[in-house]
Amino acid sequence: MSSRDIILGRVRRALGEAPRGDAPESYETAVDREYRREHGARTTEETVDLLAENLADYRAIVHRTDPEELPHLIMRLLNERWPDTVLVPPGLPPEWMSAADPPRIHDRAVSTAAELDRSGAVVTGCAVAIAETGTIVLDGSPDQGRRRITLIPDHHICVVRVPDQVVSSVPQALERLDPTRPLTWISGPSATSDIELDRVEGVHGPRTLEVVLVSGG
Amino acid sequence: MSGSTFVGMPAFPKAAHEAVGNTTLRANLRHATHTIRDKRAKAVAELDDWALLREAGKQIKDHTLRHLDTYLVQLEEAVTAAGGVVHWAADADEANRIVTRLVKETGESEVVKVKSMATQEIGLNEALEAEGIHAYETDLAELIVQLGHDRPSHILVPAIHRNRGEIRDIFAKEMGAWGRPAPEGLTDTPAELAEAARLHLREKFLRAKVGISGANFMVAETGTLVVVESEGNGRMCLTLPETLISVVGIEKIVPTWRDLEVFLQTLPRSSTAERMNPYTSMWTGTSDAETADGPRAFHLVLLDNGRTDTLADEVGRQALRCIRCSACLNVCPVYERAGGHAYGSVYPGPIGAILSPQLRGTASEIDASLPYASSLCGACYEVCPVAIDIPEVLVHLRERIVQGGPATRHGNRVVLKPAKGHAAERAAMRAAGWAFTHPGALRAGQRVASRTRRFHPRTLPGPGRAWSATRDLPLVPAEPFRDWWQRTHGDKESGK
Ligand code: SF4
Repeated sequence: MSSRDIILGRVRRALGEAPRGDAPESYETAVDREYRREHGARTTEETVDLLAENLADYRAIVHRTDPEELPHLIMRLLNERWPDTVLVPPGLPPEWMSAADPPRIHDRAVSTAAELDRSGAVVTGCAVAIAETGTIVLDGSPDQGRRRITLIPDHHICVVRVPDQVVSSVPQALERLDPTRPLTWISGPSATSDIELDRVEGVHGPRTLEVVLVSGG
Repeated sequence: MSGSTFVGMPAFPKAAHEAVGNTTLRANLRHATHTIRDKRAKAVAELDDWALLREAGKQIKDHTLRHLDTYLVQLEEAVTAAGGVVHWAADADEANRIVTRLVKETGESEVVKVKSMATQEIGLNEALEAEGIHAYETDLAELIVQLGHDRPSHILVPAIHRNRGEIRDIFAKEMGAWGRPAPEGLTDTPAELAEAARLHLREKFLRAKVGISGANFMVAETGTLVVVESEGNGRMCLTLPETLISVVGIEKIVPTWRDLEVFLQTLPRSSTAERMNPYTSMWTGTSDAETADGPRAFHLVLLDNGRTDTLADEVGRQALRCIRCSACLNVCPVYERAGGHAYGSVYPGPIGAILSPQLRGTASEIDASLPYASSLCGACYEVCPVAIDIPEVLVHLRERIVQGGPATRHGNRVVLKPAKGHAAERAAMRAAGWAFTHPGALRAGQRVASRTRRFHPRTLPGPGRAWSATRDLPLVPAEPFRDWWQRTHGDKESGK
């Protein structure tokens, strides 16, 4: 007998003979889902403010701008830290980088992790941002690229279109996301509290996370 | 079950006694548990529907367990359809054999690992090492534990028993033997220590061809796996290697994508007391050649190792709802003083006291003593985000140890005899003796707990009702045990 059969047989014996109903079919009604879809009543503007507040609370650096100023802001943020090269996903809107001078590397499937390690910074879009938790979610779309490009460089600049890409809560975010895509949820920069519970930013992921909230346009 | 018992581990009372004498350990634990505990209360208070989320989490898990066979098969289909390969492991040895074979098939002799309790439970690192494969732990705390030739002592902060000075010394002394040595003149500031770990591990991440992980959740309908973490080492292990092997307990399933909305709200707040942990990764099967986003080969090893035996126990089964948040450890007055190592298992604290004896059986003295490692104060139940009634299971297990009774071992129904030579009673009395000679442990417990809470079910739920209806379950004495102890032993106590 295969281990699959052994385990499934043990599960069935453990649960006994009593009728259990057909799980997936009966599942809709099996769980009380009276919990909230979002917490508190907020206007769209207040939701964006809450996102900014919670991002900052988790030590992301938050900027607010409009589409016209965006390229200049990105240029300034990159210049401040002078990374030699900047990594961008293949589908990043070209105008975002139009004012920045550092050489850009477009991530390609053949780029190795070691090659990506030479970039100091990465600029991406996002799929959705969650106000209540201060989280940005990337889903591998062309303006966000592979998961590794927002992991290896030390500085991540993420552009969020507000209010379109902002939701209030975790339940609302999951509704918008496609589970078949590789997803990364990011809440503040990489951090550890493993040494005497002292928080240190940037163990393996980027030490600096800058989130640019772009409104209008 | 190789690797699942801490070899030579004394039973809880003895180990606890030694731990209590270690003042550094106690100070560290006290600081850690109180800090996390207070922060958690604030994070939970932000959600005014916490009770409803907790109830939904409990219901989702209970429903899943009641239909575990159906969901396992559904998950297998979904993972396979997404390009993954599913393996089934009835016990630790089988899981270790499968993983070892999979690693060997890649031709590699080293792997990077993201912290996983399931792989610790089966002793995977040791099994790989025996076959000449080096497994590098990449979580900072696990790295400290591994370099220190040590055991983790807390689910969430495994190296909490180490101070920064000790960590510095471990890094300076051991890193060189494993790869990039610690920088010259390394000090003991947490930032410098984290930087040393970053440099040491990055070299491994960038060259690793095989990654090994566990998972926090597996979604049956989509085949999606979820890993929750903070440092980014998880993301490194999950996305950079060509082959990813995930070893996951069969109880970690949730039926639908939507179910994550409950646990992604309750887990981070219960665990690290954050609104959301820094990183959550979700992947479904393998990446395609075009995007090359993540491993090209994905293996999921579904682990039983005593879980189906636990499932067969209608009272004890609820332990399988556990999402490993560690909130129960941080409120437990016994854990705070005894420390994680005293439990002699990968799962310490209140959850360890009910999970380990069920996964491993109660044949050994340490396992027979674990259900007594509690003052039954009930604080663990209050904080548990899936409402596991830990005190209820503790009492149930004590009863089974003392009186014997029906149980399931390796899938077979057995009738346990009462523990031989009253070993369990001795263990119990010693555990109780330990607790009662440390009145602080009890007082702290009783402050949080309502003494009126009823821990003990008069009858068992479900089909067990018929069994219990014709038998007297052991009564909870009218006089609290502590008072009885005070009355009968009070004058002998030094009150240390
Ligand atoms: S038993 Fe409950 S509180 Fe303890 S680790 Fe598991 S889920 Fe968390």
